[in-house]
Amino acid sequence: MLDDFFVRGLLAAAGTACVAGPIGCIILWRRMAYFGETMAHSSLLGIALGVVLGLDPGIGVFMTALAVAPILVFFQRVARLASDSLLGILSHSTLALGLVVLALSDSGQRHDLLGYLFGDVLAVTKADLLVIWGGGAICLAILATIWHGLVAATLHADLAQAEGVPVLRNQILYVVLTAAIVAAGMKVIGILLIISLVILPAATARSLSRTPEQMAVMAAGIGILSAALGLLGSLWLDTPSGPSIVVAATLLFLVCLGVSGLVRATR
Amino acid sequence: MTAAPVDSSLPLIEGRGLSLRRGGHWLVREADIAVEQGEVVTLIGPNGGGKTTLVRMLLGLVRPNAGTVRRRADVRIGYVPQRLHMDSTLPLTVGRLMTSTARNSRARVREALAETGTEALVGKSAANLSNGEFQRVLLARALLRSPNLLILDEPLQGVDHTGETELYELITAIGARRHCGVLMVSHDLRLALASADQVVCLNQRIYCAGPPQEVMGHPEFHRLFGPYAEAHAASQRLFARTHAGAPAEGAGDA
Repeated sequence: MLDDFFVRGLLAAAGTACVAGPIGCIILWRRMAYFGETMAHSSLLGIALGVVLGLDPGIGVFMTALAVAPILVFFQRVARLASDSLLGILSHSTLALGLVVLALSDSGQRHDLLGYLFGDVLAVTKADLLVIWGGGAICLAILATIWHGLVAATLHADLAQAEGVPVLRNQILYVVLTAAIVAAGMKVIGILLIISLVILPAATARSLSRTPEQMAVMAAGIGILSAALGLLGSLWLDTPSGPSIVVAATLLFLVCLGVSGLVRATR
Repeated sequence: MTAAPVDSSLPLIEGRGLSLRRGGHWLVREADIAVEQGEVVTLIGPNGGGKTTLVRMLLGLVRPNAGTVRRRADVRIGYVPQRLHMDSTLPLTVGRLMTSTARNSRARVREALAETGTEALVGKSAANLSNGEFQRVLLARALLRSPNLLILDEPLQGVDHTGETELYELITAIGARRHCGVLMVSHDLRLALASADQVVCLNQRIYCAGPPQEVMGHPEFHRLFGPYAEAHAASQRLFARTHAGAPAEGAGDA
Protein backbone atom coordinates (compact mmCIF):
# COMPACT_ATOMS: atom_id res chain seq x y z
CA MET A 1 0.00 0.00 0.00
CA LEU A 2 2.86 2.35 0.89
CA ASP A 3 4.19 1.74 -2.59
CA ASP A 4 1.41 3.86 -3.99
CA PHE A 5 2.66 7.44 -4.24
CA PHE A 6 -0.84 8.74 -3.65
CA VAL A 7 -1.21 6.83 -0.37
CA ARG A 8 2.22 8.02 0.76
CA GLY A 9 1.27 11.60 -0.06
CA LEU A 10 -1.99 11.31 1.81
CA LEU A 11 -0.31 9.84 4.89
CA ALA A 12 2.34 12.57 4.86
CA ALA A 13 -0.23 15.34 4.58
CA ALA A 14 -2.47 13.79 7.24
CA GLY A 15 0.46 13.36 9.63
CA THR A 16 1.44 17.00 9.18
CA ALA A 17 -2.16 18.14 9.66
CA CYS A 18 -2.46 16.21 12.96
CA VAL A 19 0.24 18.36 14.54
CA ALA A 20 -0.57 21.52 12.60
CA GLY A 21 -4.14 21.65 13.98
CA PRO A 22 -3.37 22.06 17.69
CA ILE A 23 -0.34 24.29 16.98
CA GLY A 24 -2.58 26.44 14.79
CA CYS A 25 -5.07 26.91 17.63
CA ILE A 26 -2.37 28.40 19.83
CA ILE A 27 -1.13 30.62 16.99
CA LEU A 28 -4.69 31.83 16.51
CA TRP A 29 -5.34 32.52 20.21
CA ARG A 30 -2.06 34.38 20.57
CA ARG A 31 -2.46 36.30 17.32
CA MET A 32 0.88 35.05 16.10
CA ALA A 33 -0.09 34.11 12.55
CA TYR A 34 2.41 36.54 11.08
CA PHE A 35 5.14 35.19 13.31
CA GLY A 36 4.51 31.68 11.99
CA GLU A 37 4.49 33.05 8.45
CA THR A 38 7.88 34.67 9.02
CA MET A 39 9.30 31.43 10.38
CA ALA A 40 8.11 29.63 7.28
CA HIS A 41 9.38 32.22 4.79
CA SER A 42 12.75 32.49 6.48
CA SER A 43 13.22 28.78 6.05
CA LEU A 44 14.05 29.21 2.37
CA LEU A 45 17.28 30.69 3.67
CA GLY A 46 17.60 27.49 5.70
CA ILE A 47 17.18 25.38 2.58
CA ALA A 48 19.83 27.47 0.81
CA LEU A 49 22.26 27.20 3.72
CA GLY A 50 21.55 23.48 3.85
CA VAL A 51 22.49 23.19 0.17
CA VAL A 52 25.67 25.24 0.69
CA LEU A 53 26.73 23.28 3.75
CA GLY A 54 25.62 19.94 2.33
CA LEU A 55 22.97 19.39 5.00
CA ASP A 56 19.50 17.93 4.66
CA PRO A 57 17.16 20.81 3.73
CA GLY A 58 14.76 19.73 6.50
CA ILE A 59 17.45 20.35 9.12
CA GLY A 60 18.32 23.71 7.55
CA VAL A 61 14.66 24.72 7.63
CA PHE A 62 14.25 23.67 11.27
CA MET A 63 17.33 25.60 12.36
CA THR A 64 16.49 28.88 10.57
CA ALA A 65 12.86 28.72 11.67
CA LEU A 66 14.13 28.34 15.24
CA ALA A 67 16.49 31.29 14.80
CA VAL A 68 13.62 33.65 13.90
CA ALA A 69 12.42 34.00 17.50
CA PRO A 70 15.73 35.14 19.07
CA ILE A 71 16.49 37.34 16.04
CA LEU A 72 13.08 38.99 16.41
CA VAL A 73 13.67 39.64 20.12
CA PHE A 74 17.11 41.08 19.31
CA PHE A 75 15.77 43.48 16.67
CA GLN A 76 12.90 44.52 18.91
CA ARG A 77 15.50 45.72 21.42
CA VAL A 78 17.80 47.35 18.86
CA ALA A 79 15.51 48.78 16.19
CA ARG A 80 12.59 50.06 18.27
CA LEU A 81 10.07 49.02 15.62
CA ALA A 82 6.73 47.38 16.22
CA SER A 83 6.91 43.64 15.88
CA ASP A 84 4.62 43.48 12.84
CA SER A 85 6.98 45.79 10.92
CA LEU A 86 9.96 43.73 12.02
CA LEU A 87 8.23 40.52 10.99
CA GLY A 88 7.46 42.04 7.60
CA ILE A 89 11.11 42.97 7.14
CA LEU A 90 12.42 39.63 8.40
CA SER A 91 9.93 37.58 6.45
CA HIS A 92 10.74 38.96 3.04
CA SER A 93 14.43 39.72 3.49
CA THR A 94 15.15 36.13 4.51
CA LEU A 95 13.03 34.80 1.66
CA ALA A 96 14.91 37.00 -0.81
CA LEU A 97 18.28 36.14 0.70
CA GLY A 98 17.42 32.47 0.44
CA LEU A 99 16.63 32.82 -3.26
CA VAL A 100 19.89 34.70 -3.87
CA VAL A 101 22.02 32.19 -1.95
CA LEU A 102 20.31 29.32 -3.73
CA ALA A 103 21.02 30.93 -7.12
CA LEU A 104 24.69 31.54 -6.21
CA SER A 105 25.18 27.99 -4.95
CA ASP A 106 23.54 26.51 -7.98
CA SER A 107 26.58 24.90 -9.54
CA GLY A 108 25.07 23.30 -12.60
CA GLN A 109 22.26 21.24 -11.07
CA ARG A 110 18.93 23.04 -10.80
CA HIS A 111 17.24 22.86 -7.47
CA ASP A 112 13.60 22.13 -7.34
CA LEU A 113 12.68 25.63 -6.19
CA LEU A 114 8.98 25.21 -6.87
CA GLY A 115 9.04 22.02 -4.83
CA TYR A 116 10.42 23.91 -1.81
CA LEU A 117 8.03 26.81 -2.21
CA PHE A 118 4.83 24.87 -2.88
CA GLY A 119 5.67 21.34 -1.81
CA ASP A 120 5.55 18.11 -3.70
CA VAL A 121 3.62 15.73 -1.54
CA LEU A 122 3.49 13.04 -4.20
CA ALA A 123 7.30 12.78 -4.13
CA VAL A 124 7.28 11.77 -0.46
CA THR A 125 9.43 8.71 0.31
CA LYS A 126 8.93 6.02 2.95
CA ALA A 127 11.80 7.59 4.93
CA ASP A 128 9.98 10.95 4.84
CA LEU A 129 6.88 9.23 6.19
CA LEU A 130 8.87 7.78 9.06
CA VAL A 131 10.22 11.24 9.93
CA ILE A 132 6.80 12.90 9.68
CA TRP A 133 4.91 10.30 11.74
CA GLY A 134 7.72 9.63 14.23
CA GLY A 135 8.49 13.31 14.66
CA GLY A 136 4.78 14.09 14.72
CA ALA A 137 4.18 11.63 17.56
CA ILE A 138 6.99 13.21 19.57
CA CYS A 139 5.61 16.70 18.87
CA LEU A 140 2.12 15.69 19.97
CA ALA A 141 3.50 14.09 23.13
CA ILE A 142 5.38 17.30 24.03
CA LEU A 143 2.35 19.40 23.17
CA ALA A 144 0.10 17.27 25.35
CA THR A 145 2.34 17.71 28.39
CA ILE A 146 2.58 21.51 28.09
CA TRP A 147 -0.93 22.06 26.73
CA HIS A 148 -2.66 23.24 29.89
CA GLY A 149 0.22 25.55 30.72
CA LEU A 150 0.12 27.01 27.20
CA VAL A 151 -3.60 27.68 27.42
CA ALA A 152 -3.18 29.27 30.86
CA ALA A 153 -0.36 31.51 29.62
CA THR A 154 -2.45 32.46 26.59
CA LEU A 155 -5.07 33.78 29.01
CA HIS A 156 -2.58 35.77 31.03
CA ALA A 157 1.16 35.11 31.19
CA ASP A 158 1.69 36.78 34.57
CA LEU A 159 -1.23 35.00 36.17
CA ALA A 160 -0.02 31.64 34.88
CA GLN A 161 3.51 32.29 36.08
CA ALA A 162 2.35 33.51 39.48
CA GLU A 163 0.47 30.21 39.77
CA GLY A 164 3.50 28.11 38.98
CA VAL A 165 3.34 27.57 35.21
CA PRO A 166 6.84 27.53 33.62
CA VAL A 167 5.80 30.13 31.04
CA LEU A 168 9.17 30.75 29.40
CA ARG A 169 10.02 27.05 29.05
CA ASN A 170 6.63 26.35 27.47
CA GLN A 171 7.05 29.30 25.13
CA ILE A 172 10.42 28.01 23.92
CA LEU A 173 9.07 24.48 23.42
CA TYR A 174 6.14 25.88 21.50
CA VAL A 175 8.46 27.80 19.15
CA VAL A 176 10.48 24.60 18.63
CA LEU A 177 7.29 22.72 17.76
CA THR A 178 6.27 25.42 15.30
CA ALA A 179 9.71 25.19 13.66
CA ALA A 180 9.27 21.42 13.43
CA ILE A 181 5.90 21.77 11.73
CA VAL A 182 7.40 24.20 9.22
CA ALA A 183 10.17 21.70 8.45
CA ALA A 184 7.72 18.83 8.08
CA GLY A 185 5.34 20.93 6.04
CA MET A 186 8.03 21.99 3.55
CA LYS A 187 7.89 18.63 1.80
CA VAL A 188 4.13 18.32 1.97
CA ILE A 189 2.81 21.73 1.10
CA GLY A 190 5.82 24.04 0.71
CA ILE A 191 7.13 26.86 2.83
CA LEU A 192 4.98 29.54 1.22
CA LEU A 193 1.75 27.74 2.08
CA ILE A 194 2.49 25.67 5.19
CA ILE A 195 1.17 28.28 7.61
CA SER A 196 -2.22 28.18 5.91
CA LEU A 197 -2.43 24.47 6.79
CA VAL A 198 -1.68 25.54 10.36
CA ILE A 199 -4.12 28.44 10.60
CA LEU A 200 -7.07 27.55 8.36
CA PRO A 201 -8.20 24.32 10.08
CA ALA A 202 -7.88 26.01 13.49
CA ALA A 203 -9.96 28.95 12.29
CA THR A 204 -12.56 26.55 10.90
CA ALA A 205 -12.65 24.63 14.18
CA ARG A 206 -13.35 27.74 16.24
CA SER A 207 -17.05 27.98 15.46
CA LEU A 208 -17.51 24.25 16.11
CA SER A 209 -15.96 23.98 19.57
CA ARG A 210 -16.68 24.92 23.15
CA THR A 211 -13.37 24.04 24.79
CA PRO A 212 -9.73 24.58 23.79
CA GLU A 213 -9.21 20.82 23.59
CA GLN A 214 -12.21 20.30 21.33
CA MET A 215 -10.88 23.01 19.08
CA ALA A 216 -7.43 21.37 18.90
CA VAL A 217 -8.81 17.92 18.02
CA MET A 218 -11.29 19.42 15.59
CA ALA A 219 -8.53 21.41 13.87
CA ALA A 220 -6.46 18.25 13.41
CA GLY A 221 -9.48 16.46 11.93
CA ILE A 222 -10.34 19.32 9.60
CA GLY A 223 -6.70 19.44 8.51
CA ILE A 224 -6.77 15.74 7.63
CA LEU A 225 -10.04 16.20 5.76
CA SER A 226 -8.56 19.15 3.84
CA ALA A 227 -5.52 17.06 2.93
CA ALA A 228 -7.66 14.20 1.65
CA LEU A 229 -10.04 16.43 -0.32
CA GLY A 230 -7.18 18.50 -1.69
CA LEU A 231 -5.19 15.50 -2.85
CA LEU A 232 -8.21 13.83 -4.44
CA GLY A 233 -9.01 17.12 -6.14
CA SER A 234 -5.46 17.48 -7.41
CA LEU A 235 -5.56 13.95 -8.82
CA TRP A 236 -8.91 14.56 -10.48
CA LEU A 237 -8.19 18.03 -11.87
CA ASP A 238 -4.46 17.51 -12.34
CA THR A 239 -3.58 20.53 -10.20
CA PRO A 240 -0.52 20.98 -7.93
CA SER A 241 -1.01 19.10 -4.64
CA GLY A 242 0.04 21.72 -2.05
CA PRO A 243 -2.14 24.55 -3.35
CA SER A 244 -5.03 22.10 -3.84
CA ILE A 245 -4.89 21.17 -0.14
CA VAL A 246 -4.97 24.85 0.83
CA VAL A 247 -7.90 25.50 -1.51
CA ALA A 248 -9.76 22.58 0.09
CA ALA A 249 -9.01 23.95 3.57
CA THR A 250 -10.25 27.39 2.49
CA LEU A 251 -13.49 25.92 1.10
CA LEU A 252 -14.10 24.06 4.37
CA PHE A 253 -13.48 27.30 6.26
CA LEU A 254 -15.96 29.22 4.10
CA VAL A 255 -18.60 26.51 4.37
CA CYS A 256 -18.29 26.45 8.17
CA LEU A 257 -18.42 30.24 8.28
CA GLY A 258 -21.57 30.25 6.15
CA VAL A 259 -23.26 27.48 8.11
CA SER A 260 -22.52 28.97 11.52
CA GLY A 261 -23.67 32.37 10.23
CA LEU A 262 -26.95 30.82 9.07
CA VAL A 263 -27.39 29.02 12.40
CA ARG A 264 -26.88 32.27 14.29
CA ALA A 265 -29.25 34.16 11.98
CA THR A 266 -32.05 31.63 12.35
CA ARG A 267 -31.75 31.45 16.13
CA MET B 1 13.92 25.52 54.61
CA THR B 2 12.81 24.07 57.92
CA ALA B 3 9.25 23.52 59.00
CA ALA B 4 9.53 25.87 61.94
CA PRO B 5 6.22 27.16 63.32
CA VAL B 6 5.14 30.32 61.54
CA ASP B 7 5.18 33.52 63.54
CA SER B 8 1.77 34.90 62.61
CA SER B 9 2.69 38.38 63.80
CA LEU B 10 5.03 38.66 60.81
CA PRO B 11 3.63 40.33 57.71
CA LEU B 12 2.37 37.92 55.04
CA ILE B 13 4.53 39.69 52.50
CA GLU B 14 7.02 42.46 52.86
CA GLY B 15 8.98 44.38 50.24
CA ARG B 16 11.91 46.54 51.29
CA GLY B 17 13.73 49.07 49.15
CA LEU B 18 12.20 47.65 45.97
CA SER B 19 13.55 49.38 42.87
CA LEU B 20 13.18 48.59 39.21
CA ARG B 21 14.88 50.30 36.25
CA ARG B 22 13.85 49.92 32.64
CA GLY B 23 15.30 51.68 29.62
CA GLY B 24 17.39 54.06 31.71
CA HIS B 25 14.75 55.32 34.10
CA TRP B 26 13.27 54.16 37.34
CA LEU B 27 9.79 52.72 37.33
CA VAL B 28 9.83 52.20 41.08
CA ARG B 29 12.40 53.45 43.57
CA GLU B 30 13.05 52.26 47.10
CA ALA B 31 9.51 51.19 47.85
CA ASP B 32 8.68 49.62 51.21
CA ILE B 33 5.37 47.86 51.56
CA ALA B 34 3.98 45.19 53.86
CA VAL B 35 0.66 43.40 54.24
CA GLU B 36 -0.34 41.75 57.48
CA GLN B 37 -2.91 39.05 58.02
CA GLY B 38 -6.45 40.44 58.23
CA GLU B 39 -5.41 43.83 56.88
CA VAL B 40 -6.62 45.68 53.76
CA VAL B 41 -3.87 47.70 52.09
CA THR B 42 -4.74 49.84 49.08
CA LEU B 43 -2.06 50.98 46.68
CA ILE B 44 -2.96 54.22 44.93
CA GLY B 45 -1.15 56.58 42.62
CA PRO B 46 -1.27 58.14 39.17
CA ASN B 47 -1.25 56.05 36.00
CA GLY B 48 2.28 55.00 35.13
CA GLY B 49 3.29 55.53 38.73
CA GLY B 50 4.55 51.99 39.08
CA LYS B 51 1.68 50.31 40.94
CA THR B 52 1.52 47.22 38.73
CA THR B 53 5.33 47.07 38.62
CA LEU B 54 5.48 47.00 42.41
CA VAL B 55 2.86 44.24 42.49
CA ARG B 56 4.82 42.22 39.92
CA MET B 57 7.96 42.51 42.04
CA LEU B 58 6.05 41.32 45.12
CA LEU B 59 4.72 38.35 43.14
CA GLY B 60 8.20 37.45 41.95
CA LEU B 61 7.26 38.00 38.30
CA VAL B 62 10.06 40.47 37.80
CA ARG B 63 13.32 40.64 39.72
CA PRO B 64 13.94 44.04 41.31
CA ASN B 65 17.23 45.81 40.60
CA ALA B 66 17.50 46.47 44.30
CA GLY B 67 15.57 45.48 47.39
CA THR B 68 14.13 42.29 48.78
CA VAL B 69 10.77 40.60 49.03
CA ARG B 70 10.14 38.46 52.05
CA ARG B 71 7.15 36.14 52.16
CA ARG B 72 5.92 34.46 55.30
CA ALA B 73 6.51 30.71 55.05
CA ASP B 74 2.80 29.87 55.02
CA VAL B 75 1.68 32.54 52.58
CA ARG B 76 -0.73 31.41 49.84
CA ILE B 77 -1.41 34.10 47.31
CA GLY B 78 -4.58 34.53 45.31
CA TYR B 79 -3.86 36.93 42.45
CA VAL B 80 -6.18 38.85 40.16
CA PRO B 81 -4.18 40.54 37.40
CA GLN B 82 -4.92 43.82 35.71
CA ARG B 83 -6.62 43.70 32.33
CA LEU B 84 -7.14 40.06 31.49
CA HIS B 85 -8.25 40.21 27.91
CA MET B 86 -10.37 37.30 26.74
CA ASP B 87 -9.70 36.71 23.08
CA SER B 88 -12.93 35.55 21.46
CA THR B 89 -11.02 32.99 19.38
CA LEU B 90 -10.33 31.02 22.57
CA PRO B 91 -13.38 28.95 23.49
CA LEU B 92 -13.42 28.84 27.27
CA THR B 93 -16.21 28.36 29.77
CA VAL B 94 -16.11 30.02 33.17
CA GLY B 95 -15.67 26.60 34.76
CA ARG B 96 -12.59 25.95 32.66
CA LEU B 97 -11.22 29.44 33.35
CA MET B 98 -11.48 28.67 37.06
CA THR B 99 -9.27 25.61 36.73
CA SER B 100 -6.81 26.83 34.11
CA THR B 101 -3.72 26.18 36.23
CA ALA B 102 -4.91 23.76 38.91
CA ARG B 103 -7.39 20.93 39.06
CA ASN B 104 -10.34 21.39 41.37
CA SER B 105 -13.55 19.50 41.94
CA ARG B 106 -16.76 20.86 40.47
CA ALA B 107 -18.07 21.30 43.99
CA ARG B 108 -15.15 23.50 45.00
CA VAL B 109 -15.44 25.56 41.81
CA ARG B 110 -19.13 26.13 42.47
CA GLU B 111 -18.45 27.00 46.09
CA ALA B 112 -15.86 29.60 45.12
CA LEU B 113 -18.14 31.09 42.46
CA ALA B 114 -20.98 31.20 44.97
CA GLU B 115 -18.82 33.25 47.30
CA THR B 116 -18.72 36.02 44.69
CA GLY B 117 -22.32 35.48 43.55
CA THR B 118 -21.41 34.06 40.15
CA GLU B 119 -22.25 30.34 40.45
CA ALA B 120 -24.90 30.67 37.73
CA LEU B 121 -22.18 31.58 35.22
CA VAL B 122 -20.20 28.34 35.49
CA GLY B 123 -21.17 27.00 32.06
CA LYS B 124 -21.13 30.35 30.26
CA SER B 125 -18.50 31.38 27.76
CA ALA B 126 -15.94 33.55 29.56
CA ALA B 127 -15.67 35.93 26.59
CA ASN B 128 -19.37 36.87 26.93
CA LEU B 129 -19.29 38.07 30.52
CA SER B 130 -19.75 41.70 31.50
CA ASN B 131 -16.78 43.42 33.13
CA GLY B 132 -18.38 43.17 36.55
CA GLU B 133 -19.14 39.47 36.15
CA PHE B 134 -15.67 38.82 34.84
CA GLN B 135 -13.93 40.54 37.75
CA ARG B 136 -16.09 38.54 40.20
CA VAL B 137 -15.22 35.31 38.44
CA LEU B 138 -11.52 36.19 38.63
CA LEU B 139 -11.92 36.91 42.32
CA ALA B 140 -13.60 33.52 42.81
CA ARG B 141 -10.77 31.97 40.83
CA ALA B 142 -8.24 33.48 43.25
CA LEU B 143 -10.27 32.12 46.19
CA LEU B 144 -9.95 28.57 44.84
CA ARG B 145 -6.35 28.61 45.97
CA SER B 146 -7.48 29.05 49.61
CA PRO B 147 -5.36 32.18 49.88
CA ASN B 148 -4.39 34.00 53.03
CA LEU B 149 -3.21 36.91 50.90
CA LEU B 150 -5.25 38.37 48.05
CA ILE B 151 -3.34 40.54 45.58
CA LEU B 152 -5.81 42.36 43.35
CA ASP B 153 -4.59 44.67 40.59
CA GLU B 154 -7.36 47.14 39.78
CA PRO B 155 -10.19 44.71 40.54
CA LEU B 156 -12.77 47.46 40.04
CA GLN B 157 -11.76 48.54 36.55
CA GLY B 158 -14.41 48.61 33.89
CA VAL B 159 -17.11 48.02 36.48
CA ASP B 160 -19.94 50.52 36.62
CA HIS B 161 -20.31 52.91 39.51
CA THR B 162 -22.77 50.94 41.62
CA GLY B 163 -21.05 47.69 40.81
CA GLU B 164 -17.74 49.19 41.97
CA THR B 165 -18.99 49.85 45.46
CA GLU B 166 -20.61 46.43 45.70
CA LEU B 167 -17.49 44.67 44.50
CA TYR B 168 -15.30 46.65 46.85
CA GLU B 169 -17.54 45.69 49.75
CA LEU B 170 -17.49 42.07 48.63
CA ILE B 171 -13.69 42.09 48.60
CA THR B 172 -13.39 43.57 52.06
CA ALA B 173 -16.08 41.20 53.36
CA ILE B 174 -14.25 38.18 51.94
CA GLY B 175 -10.99 39.45 53.40
CA ALA B 176 -12.60 39.80 56.83
CA ARG B 177 -14.41 36.44 56.69
CA ARG B 178 -11.34 34.52 55.62
CA HIS B 179 -9.01 36.63 57.74
CA CYS B 180 -6.89 37.27 54.64
CA GLY B 181 -4.48 40.03 53.98
CA VAL B 182 -5.67 42.07 50.98
CA LEU B 183 -3.41 44.17 48.78
CA MET B 184 -5.48 46.07 46.27
CA VAL B 185 -4.33 48.43 43.54
CA SER B 186 -6.95 51.07 42.94
CA HIS B 187 -7.33 54.17 40.84
CA ASP B 188 -10.47 55.11 42.75
CA LEU B 189 -9.50 57.24 45.73
CA ARG B 190 -13.00 57.25 47.14
CA LEU B 191 -13.06 53.50 47.57
CA ALA B 192 -9.38 53.17 48.37
CA LEU B 193 -9.74 55.55 51.27
CA ALA B 194 -13.14 54.32 52.43
CA SER B 195 -12.29 51.31 54.52
CA ALA B 196 -8.67 50.38 53.98
CA ASP B 197 -6.48 49.79 57.00
CA GLN B 198 -3.43 51.14 55.21
CA VAL B 199 -3.13 53.36 52.15
CA VAL B 200 0.10 53.52 50.19
CA CYS B 201 0.59 56.32 47.63
CA LEU B 202 3.06 55.45 44.92
CA ASN B 203 4.45 57.64 42.20
CA GLN B 204 7.77 55.97 41.46
CA ARG B 205 8.54 56.50 45.13
CA ILE B 206 6.19 55.95 47.99
CA TYR B 207 5.09 59.44 48.94
CA CYS B 208 3.02 58.62 51.94
CA ALA B 209 1.66 55.56 53.65
CA GLY B 210 -0.50 54.91 56.67
CA PRO B 211 -4.12 54.74 57.78
CA PRO B 212 -6.51 56.67 55.48
CA GLN B 213 -7.13 59.60 57.83
CA GLU B 214 -3.41 60.09 58.31
CA VAL B 215 -2.65 59.85 54.60
CA MET B 216 -5.38 62.32 53.68
CA GLY B 217 -3.80 64.88 55.98
CA HIS B 218 -0.38 64.36 54.45
CA PRO B 219 0.93 67.31 52.38
CA GLU B 220 2.39 64.92 49.77
CA PHE B 221 -1.03 63.35 49.28
CA HIS B 222 -2.46 66.76 48.45
CA ARG B 223 0.45 67.56 46.18
CA LEU B 224 -0.01 64.24 44.36
CA PHE B 225 -3.75 64.32 44.01
CA GLY B 226 -4.35 68.07 44.30
CA PRO B 227 -7.92 69.38 44.40
CA TYR B 228 -8.98 65.84 43.64
CA ALA B 229 -7.95 64.92 47.13
CA GLU B 230 -10.10 67.61 48.77
CA ALA B 231 -13.11 66.59 46.76
CA HIS B 232 -12.55 62.98 47.57
CA ALA B 233 -12.03 63.68 51.23
CA ALA B 234 -15.46 65.32 51.21
CA SER B 235 -17.05 62.55 49.18
CA GLN B 236 -15.48 60.03 51.51
CA ARG B 237 -17.35 61.56 54.44
CA LEU B 238 -20.53 61.40 52.40
CA PHE B 239 -19.75 57.81 51.49
CA ALA B 240 -19.27 56.89 55.14
CA ARG B 241 -22.67 58.43 55.94
CA THR B 242 -24.63 56.72 53.17
CA HIS B 243 -22.73 53.57 53.79
CA ALA B 244 -23.84 53.42 57.40
CA GLY B 245 -27.47 53.77 56.38
CA ALA B 246 -29.29 52.38 53.37
CA PRO B 247 -27.65 50.53 50.43
CA ALA B 248 -24.69 52.43 49.11
CA GLU B 249 -26.13 53.07 45.69
CA GLY B 250 -24.74 56.18 44.11
CA ALA B 251 -22.79 56.95 47.23
CA GLY B 252 -20.01 59.47 47.17
CA ASP B 253 -20.68 61.24 43.92
CA ALA B 254 -18.35 64.16 44.26
